[in-house]
Amino acid sequence: MFKKFSKEDVHTRSNVKSSVQRGLKTRFVEQYPGFEPIIDELVPKKSTVQHYKCEDKIQLYLVDGEVLFYQKFDELLPSLKLVHKYPTLFPRVQVDRGAIKFVLSGANIMCPGLTSKGGWLPEENIPKDTTVVVYAEGKEHALAVGKLLMSTDEIKSVNKDIGIELYHYLGDGLWNFRE
Amino acid sequence: MSAVTPVQVKYCGVCSFPVEFCEFGKKFKKCKAWLEEDDPELYKRLYSESAHNSSLSSEKEAKISESLAKMQLKEERKLERELQSLKSSKVLIKRIQRTKHKHVIAIAGLEVFDVDMKKMAKTFASKFATGASVTKNAEKKDEVVIQGDVGDEVETYILGLLKEKGLEDVKVEQVSEKRK
Repeated sequence: MFKKFSKEDVHTRSNVKSSVQRGLKTRFVEQYPGFEPIIDELVPKKSTVQHYKCEDKIQLYLVDGEVLFYQKFDELLPSLKLVHKYPTLFPRVQVDRGAIKFVLSGANIMCPGLTSKGGWLPEENIPKDTTVVVYAEGKEHALAVGKLLMSTDEIKSVNKDIGIELYHYLGDGLWNFRE
Repeated sequence: MSAVTPVQVKYCGVCSFPVEFCEFGKKFKKCKAWLEEDDPELYKRLYSESAHNSSLSSEKEAKISESLAKMQLKEERKLERELQSLKSSKVLIKRIQRTKHKHVIAIAGLEVFDVDMKKMAKTFASKFATGASVTKNAEKKDEVVIQGDVGDEVETYILGLLKEKGLEDVKVEQVSEKRK
């Protein structure tokens, strides 16, 4: 999604109305319930959220000049900077060491990378279309954000083809996005 | 206070990744040097011999590191080339006559500074107290056009800027152009 993304792809910038900002916050908390106690810290009431509309119907939401969320369709997605700050609040999966290189160049994640020895999937099922944060074997921090194209149970049983569609990864256009 | 406190992640000053991902970045060598200086303790922990315990066979591991090394080498060469082309580029200051006693100054080739052209125009405008704007020239490249005959001042200013950036090799040239 952000493989090629730069300043020129931003079409309009505007400040978000406080009522809209409230709605945005409730929506985000709905999606990631873990954020309920800290959402006011993340987006203080007094702060102004900036809304960037970009190429390809991508929308960015910035607080204090830093991208917190972005969205392409209805779902709000967290930026990696945000994930790094609050790593426990998102559903997580892990890929093995062999996959890191490809993930960092923006490839979708194949099932074997998740099911092999170095990979890790949670015991309980995560349903399809959930946004997950991708970690890597032997690394402490997240390296990508993506969407499950199959439920994790399916990934385990099928073990073939694309398991996660990658949205945002370390070193992509959004990661390097600066004003 | 909240129940969850944010985690502070150490980012690399060279490639901006969290430091543990530097080895997959494109400037691994530079990252390593940077970290050694910035945080020797962490450096030791990350890059000591025993740090690797991967599930992959050593054969595969070797393959990965080989391809990474290749990529990094490529990137290094690319950077070198870019530096070369940067050094061989030049800044052109054109003095264009508008009427008998009025001139405008057009500066082309400012891209080397990697700064916003609009901001550049603004600084010129306030520095010389004239109008300055960004326009596209015949080659579809941006240039800064300054109203008023300030070619020499611009030249000294740009030379100063270049010195600051350590790019003394970049040539600055002044030409004047008559109105046709």
